[in-house]
Amino acid sequence: MTSSSIAAGAGAPRTARVRVSAALFRRPWLRAVLLLSAPGAWFVLIYLAALVLLFLSALWKVDPLSGKLIHSWTLQNFEQLVKEPVYRTIALRTIGLAAATTVTDAALAVPFAFFAVRVAPKRLSSALFVAVLIPLWSSYLVRVFAWRLILSDKGILNWFLSQLGIGAAHIGYTNWAMWIVFSYIWLPFMILPVWSAVERVPDSMIEASADLGARGFRTFRSVIFPLILPGIVAGSIFTFSLTLGDFITPTLVGGAGSTMIGNIVYNNVGVANNVPFAAAFAAVPLAVMGIYLLLAKRLGAFEAL
Amino acid sequence: MRKLDWALGAVLALMVVGASACGSSSSSKSTASNLPQKVGAGEGALNLIAWEGYAQPEWVKPFEKSSGCVVHAKYAGSSDEMVTLMRQSGSQYDMVSASGDASLRLIDGGDVAAMNVALVPEWKNFIPQLQSPVHNTVNGVHYGISLQWGPNTLLYNTKSVTPAPTSWAEIYGSKYKGLVSVPNNPIQIADAALYLSKTEPSLGISDPYELTEKQLDAAVELLKKQRPLIKKYWSLASDEIELFKSGDAVIGAAWPYQYSTLIADHVPVQQIIPSEGATGWADTWMLSAHAKHPNCAYKWVNWVSSPKVQAEQAISYGETPVNTKACPIMETISKGSCETYHANAPAAYFDSIKFWKTPVQACGNGQSDCEDYTTWQQKWTEVTG
Repeated sequence: MTSSSIAAGAGAPRTARVRVSAALFRRPWLRAVLLLSAPGAWFVLIYLAALVLLFLSALWKVDPLSGKLIHSWTLQNFEQLVKEPVYRTIALRTIGLAAATTVTDAALAVPFAFFAVRVAPKRLSSALFVAVLIPLWSSYLVRVFAWRLILSDKGILNWFLSQLGIGAAHIGYTNWAMWIVFSYIWLPFMILPVWSAVERVPDSMIEASADLGARGFRTFRSVIFPLILPGIVAGSIFTFSLTLGDFITPTLVGGAGSTMIGNIVYNNVGVANNVPFAAAFAAVPLAVMGIYLLLAKRLGAFEAL
Repeated sequence: MRKLDWALGAVLALMVVGASACGSSSSSKSTASNLPQKVGAGEGALNLIAWEGYAQPEWVKPFEKSSGCVVHAKYAGSSDEMVTLMRQSGSQYDMVSASGDASLRLIDGGDVAAMNVALVPEWKNFIPQLQSPVHNTVNGVHYGISLQWGPNTLLYNTKSVTPAPTSWAEIYGSKYKGLVSVPNNPIQIADAALYLSKTEPSLGISDPYELTEKQLDAAVELLKKQRPLIKKYWSLASDEIELFKSGDAVIGAAWPYQYSTLIADHVPVQQIIPSEGATGWADTWMLSAHAKHPNCAYKWVNWVSSPKVQAEQAISYGETPVNTKACPIMETISKGSCETYHANAPAAYFDSIKFWKTPVQACGNGQSDCEDYTTWQQKWTEVTG
């Protein structure tokens, strides 16, 4: 009784609303279209269109004196990429550094996550989780500049080493500095997926392994590692791709011979005004990431995200 | 599989749309016909692309107060960056402090507009060489007002570098390995060419900006040998200042700006023009072809051309003013500065500096077998990459 009187009292707008929701209820496809149109338009117009424009402009060239784009199709940019050995060096350096960063972060993240999830008491575990996240609150630039101060010739690192009686380490403005900074900056992105992967390893499996006579290392190798591998691969997607595209860290802490793909792209867009060549070179990390993601999918990384 | 087909279809459709949309483009070249005949009321703002140190509060604040034009300055680290900023930003910027290696590119690209020198009374007091220099005046049309000029110097830490250097050889030899810093700028090839023109006369380099393939290769060879000595190729002047402060670099190629900033911070440095001579720059305030605040721009060039501001900027940056009336004012600000910064130097001093200009295929001698700037940029990437 009461419910029908409320419905009558609400009047016309209420019935219109009921009709709309009924129409939506009967046509699930209409619901899907309404829900997905905004993100879909965003994806197609902003994301895919940008990628398409990138590839299109890689096939153009620039008039050297006036700086205007010449809209005629040419493979000249890709030819130059292949022909000049310097671009191969830069691409290999970038990929190598991305791989080194990924391996370092994985080596740091696995024991850390394992300790935090399985060994540490609840409160310490929460504190560690917060500690991992806190650096992400501060600006990327601030953290890179901090490392520049730490690693410079008269920086904290060399002061510390001289206190210990070891000579100064000259790693400021080198590729070693870049490796350290990248590993530091992207570490949280490796820890988080590994953390959730370790959390999902059932206690019963570790107990079963122990019951069957396996010691710690054997259990880690044969039980835990295979179970958390998808988490490591998921984290490596972040560390690898973020390093692959970076140009700020090489600019700030890199030295002579620290040029990465991102720097060449940045210089060609922001300094030399050669967008087509930048686009051609930007296709390299895209291809590398494509291959990497295919491999990661094989290893089941997407289920661990 | 079906998902993939969808995505591919979308990408292909977009490619067609993109290709047809981008097929046409229009370009406009500015003409000298409609020059302004008087400076009107200011528009309230002025957006500049400037070298670091060219928009110091010392002379910007009084300008803002007297003209009502609020100055927004964006610092650029190289001539290439200035050209690109001007080309990509539309009407965002009103003026650019272009050096000689950027100005002709900007004029060619139609990025800058002609200016009426009659609206800048102080222009008559400029040194004759910089009233209508080839780098900003084409066929009698002025594309900007000259500002300041000076040499690129050899900067060194007086505590670490002994005996005091007299030659550019110090940054090409292994004595200061890992302690050298030079600009990350293709025009740096000219510095190497200038050095080679004195040390290897057989190459026959007469102008460091007009290099044949063989001469360019020799300069690049020298720079490749220099690379293991380099701590860092600096991109912004402040990078090099920090390197010298922290002791990561003790010798390098610099601008006088780094020297005066480091001296102000009590870092023991000295700068010289080595025996081989030096490259240098002559800067011009150029007006964007799409400037939204042209009246403020004219007010600005009048302001920075005045003897007082010319003197202030010359001393602050460590360069030479174009206005000959600046010398006595420099003396009142800091005794002896007129001579230190060569404001009263004879014409021979001006002629001894090899001023930056854009390398083009046409050599000065009527031949066209010189390497152009695109090649210089590629070679520079090979050196630093």
